[in-house]
Amino acid sequence: MNLLELTRLEVAYGGIRAVKGIDLHVRKGELVCLIGTNGAGKTTTLKAIAGLLPVAADAIRYDGAPIGGRRAFELVRRGLAMVPEGRGVFGQLTAEENLAMGAYVRSDAAAVRLDLERVFNLFPRLAERRGQSAGTLSGGEQQMLAIGRALMSRPKLLLLDEPSMGLAPLMVQKIFETILEVAKEGVTILLVEQNARLALEVSGRGYVMETGLITLSGPARELLADPKVRAAYLGEDD
Amino acid sequence: MRGVNMFAKPQAKWVGVALIAIALIALPFALAAAGTAWVRIANLAILFVFLSLGLNIVVGFAGLLDLGYIAFYAVGAYAYALLASPHFDLHFPFWVILPIGGLVACLFGVLLGAPTLKLRGDYLAIVTLGFGEIVRIFLNNLSQPVNITNGPQGISRIDPFSFGSFSFSDNENFFGLAFSGPIKYYYILLALLLLAIVVNLRLQHSRIGRAWEAIREDEVAARAMGIDTTRIKLLAFAMGASFGGIAGGMFAAIQGFISPESFVLVESIMVLSMVVLGGMGNVWGVVLGAVLLSFVPELLRYTVEPLQKSLFGRSIIEPEVIRMLLFGLALVLMMLYRPAGLLPSAVRKRELAKPDADNA
Repeated sequence: MNLLELTRLEVAYGGIRAVKGIDLHVRKGELVCLIGTNGAGKTTTLKAIAGLLPVAADAIRYDGAPIGGRRAFELVRRGLAMVPEGRGVFGQLTAEENLAMGAYVRSDAAAVRLDLERVFNLFPRLAERRGQSAGTLSGGEQQMLAIGRALMSRPKLLLLDEPSMGLAPLMVQKIFETILEVAKEGVTILLVEQNARLALEVSGRGYVMETGLITLSGPARELLADPKVRAAYLGEDD
Repeated sequence: MRGVNMFAKPQAKWVGVALIAIALIALPFALAAAGTAWVRIANLAILFVFLSLGLNIVVGFAGLLDLGYIAFYAVGAYAYALLASPHFDLHFPFWVILPIGGLVACLFGVLLGAPTLKLRGDYLAIVTLGFGEIVRIFLNNLSQPVNITNGPQGISRIDPFSFGSFSFSDNENFFGLAFSGPIKYYYILLALLLLAIVVNLRLQHSRIGRAWEAIREDEVAARAMGIDTTRIKLLAFAMGASFGGIAGGMFAAIQGFISPESFVLVESIMVLSMVVLGGMGNVWGVVLGAVLLSFVPELLRYTVEPLQKSLFGRSIIEPEVIRMLLFGLALVLMMLYRPAGLLPSAVRKRELAKPDADNA
C-alpha cells in the first residue's frame, strides 16, 4: 500500500516552476531516496510534501487522503515528520529540550519519556550531551538531534533532507547507519540526498531528479549499476 | 525548571516566603509614614509590574518585539473610564468592567497580531510602534463629531473601586490602623498582581509556553514540530494585551482621571526597558526590573534637588533632567555588564554567553 503518492506534482517558487510535474510513490515500510544535483528540485519537492509550500490538493496523497496545501503543523499530527535541510535545531535549548519539543503534538507523557530513552539509545552521543545547548553541538550531533527530534513525534513517514550535508565522512557513515536502523524499526523514509552512492546503498528504491523532472527510477541496486547514473552521479567515487 | 531557586532547604524556603509576605503586607504603612505620595508610587509600581508581566509574554516568551504595548493599557483604561464615569453616565461595578477592559484589549491584541503575523524583528517593532501611536491619536481625536473619548481633555471623575457602600478611595480606620484610599488599593492591586504572577509562571511551563519558546527560536522548525504558529502567536498578543487592559482599568480607577497624555510612546519604551533590564523571559527578573525602574527614578526625584541645594546652595540641573540622565547611564551599564538582564532566564543566559570553545 502506498503511504505517499505524488501525481504530476508541480511546485512554483516565486514564478519559477521548480518541480514540473513528477510522479513518485513510497510504500509503507520502504526506504526510498530521491537523488540529483543541486537545484534539481529535490528540496522543493520535500518541502511541498511537508506542507511548507502551496500545491494542488490532489497532487499529494498521504495515508489515503489528499494533503496538498495542508499546513505543516497539521501534517505532523498525522505522522508526517520532516528533518529540514541544515537541521534547524533550536540552538538555545538543550538537546533534551529539543527532543521534548519534538513530542509537542503528543500528550502521552509516559510514552514520550520511553521514546526519549529510545532516542538516547539510538544516539548515545546525545545522551552524553542532553544538558548542553544544541547550538554548541557539532554538526553531526545536531543532525542526530534533528533526526531524534523528528522521531519523537512517532512519525509514520519521515522526510530527510540532505542529512549528509556539511558533515565529515566518518560522521556521514554514522548518520546513515542510524537511518538504516530507524528504517528497520518500521518507519517509512523518503530520503533526499546529493551523496548518491550512499543514498542508493541504504535505499530499496530510488528516483533521479533533473531540473524539476524525474528522469530515472527503479530499485536502488539497478540504479547503482546504471551506466548513466554511474557517469553522472557516481563518477568520481569509483 | 527555570524558576529562581533562592532557598536551598524547603523549611528555609517557607521562612523566606513568610518574611516576604509580611514585608509586603507591612510595606504600605511604612511608606505612609514617609508620606501618602509614596503609597501612590508603590501602587503605580505594581501597575508597571503588571504591565511588564504582560509585555513579557509577547517579548520575553514569544520573542515578538512590541513597541506599542501601552496602547493596550490605554484601551483598558478608556474602557473602564467610559463605563464608570459621568461621561456617559454609566456606572458599572469594577469587577464587571475590569474583565471587560481585559477582553477589549485582548481584541485589540488580535487586531494588531493578525496583520503582523509574517513580520519579525525590526519590521514588527515599527508596525507595533505605529499601532501605539494610532491608538493614542484616535483617543485624542474621537471627540468629534460624536464625543466618545472627550479628546485631549480626557475623562475625569472616574468611579473608584467599590463594593456597595465600601469605597476604595475613602479613608477608614480598621483595628486602630489608618487605612487611606491608596493603602486599600495597594492590597487589591497586590492580590491581583500575585494572581498575574501565578498565571505567568504557569504559562511559561505549559505547552503554550513551550510553543512560544520554539517560535522564538526558529519559526520554521516550530511549524515542523506540529505547532500552529499562527494561533500561538496570536495567543501571545492576545494574552499580553489582556494583561495591559486590566492594568489600564486599575490605573483609571486609581487616578480617577485619564487623558491620552498618559499613553505616549515613552511609556511603551519604559515598560520594555523594565522587561529588558530585569531579564526577558524570566518572571522574577521582570518583576524586579519593573520595581526598580518604578522606584529608583522617584527616589532620585526626592533626593537630587536637596542634594544639589546642600552642595551648591542652589539647584543647577533640574531633577527631571538628572533623573533621565542617570536612568540612561544605568541602562548603558546594564547592557555592558549584564546584557541578559538582572535575573536572566536560563535560555537567554545561554543565548548571550560566549560560544563554547569545545565546538567539535
